[in-house]
Amino acid sequence: MRDVVIGVGSGALFGVGLGISGMTLPSKVAGFLDFFGAWEPSLAFVMAGAVIVHAIAYRVIVRSRSEPIWGEGFRLPARADIDVSLVAGAAIFGVGWGLGGYCPGPALVSLATLGAPALVFVLAMTAGMLVQNAQADRASRPPNGASDPPPRKLEGAST
Amino acid sequence: MNFSIHDALAPLAGGALIGASVSLLYLTHGKIAGVSGFLGRALMRRSSDRALALSFVVGLFLAGLALRVVHPAAFAIGAGAPLPVLVVAGLLVGYGTRLGNGCTSGHGVCGNARLSLRSMIATVTFIATGAATVFVSRHVVGGAP
Repeated sequence: MRDVVIGVGSGALFGVGLGISGMTLPSKVAGFLDFFGAWEPSLAFVMAGAVIVHAIAYRVIVRSRSEPIWGEGFRLPARADIDVSLVAGAAIFGVGWGLGGYCPGPALVSLATLGAPALVFVLAMTAGMLVQNAQADRASRPPNGASDPPPRKLEGAST
Repeated sequence: MNFSIHDALAPLAGGALIGASVSLLYLTHGKIAGVSGFLGRALMRRSSDRALALSFVVGLFLAGLALRVVHPAAFAIGAGAPLPVLVVAGLLVGYGTRLGNGCTSGHGVCGNARLSLRSMIATVTFIATGAATVFVSRHVVGGAP
């Protein structure tokens, strides 16, 4: 239940932030990415505002608490290496972002317009995610394991 | 480029709300609020935090409904890329964010706030390829959103 309350609450807060900031306007996103044309820098301040607030809050949280209020420990990505998937994935995402003017959050917020553009984009984005999920699954068996640890070898073969 | 400091206020305020949202999730659940990660895990049946992930996605949608009433200028009706382009764009965004483990929120906000090298490299990469794409579509081909 509290997962639902916190999930809906933080999602709504996040979504209102996206709407106020202009991230839900694809033309504004294209303007921000148009460094070689009529560059519109305003969206740089969205990331700046979010990063400043979270950078401060993150430090206060990890210094004052050893655990989150309800979770089992603070979860941070364990990886620190720069691999091909990271760079290729980010590069592919950037091309899609530049083409459509939507990143995932604003697309989901814009679903509420019930307009064809947001609907079509979100359906395609979901399909893209399912394809990648399926590929990642096939690459890392067994299927019940988490995606991070390497596949465990089958036990009991020594007898 | 025509820009006044006034144009930065709404983006800063919106950004601050986004920062507050991801901080809340970190405080309560100790989790990184990446939208692509949440949507991806909401789609996976065996995900351990599916309820939280699905709820977050529902929260984003509810925010959209509220914005339609309170701040309809947040949405541009009838503008934007043609639908076939949006199909390609959506596929690339969905596939790329899962392959790269994050998008503008997970890497762009959470990771950069933690000074994660992976996230900084991802952010520079998606802004660079996004800019290159807009350059090609606006100035080489013409007719982008």
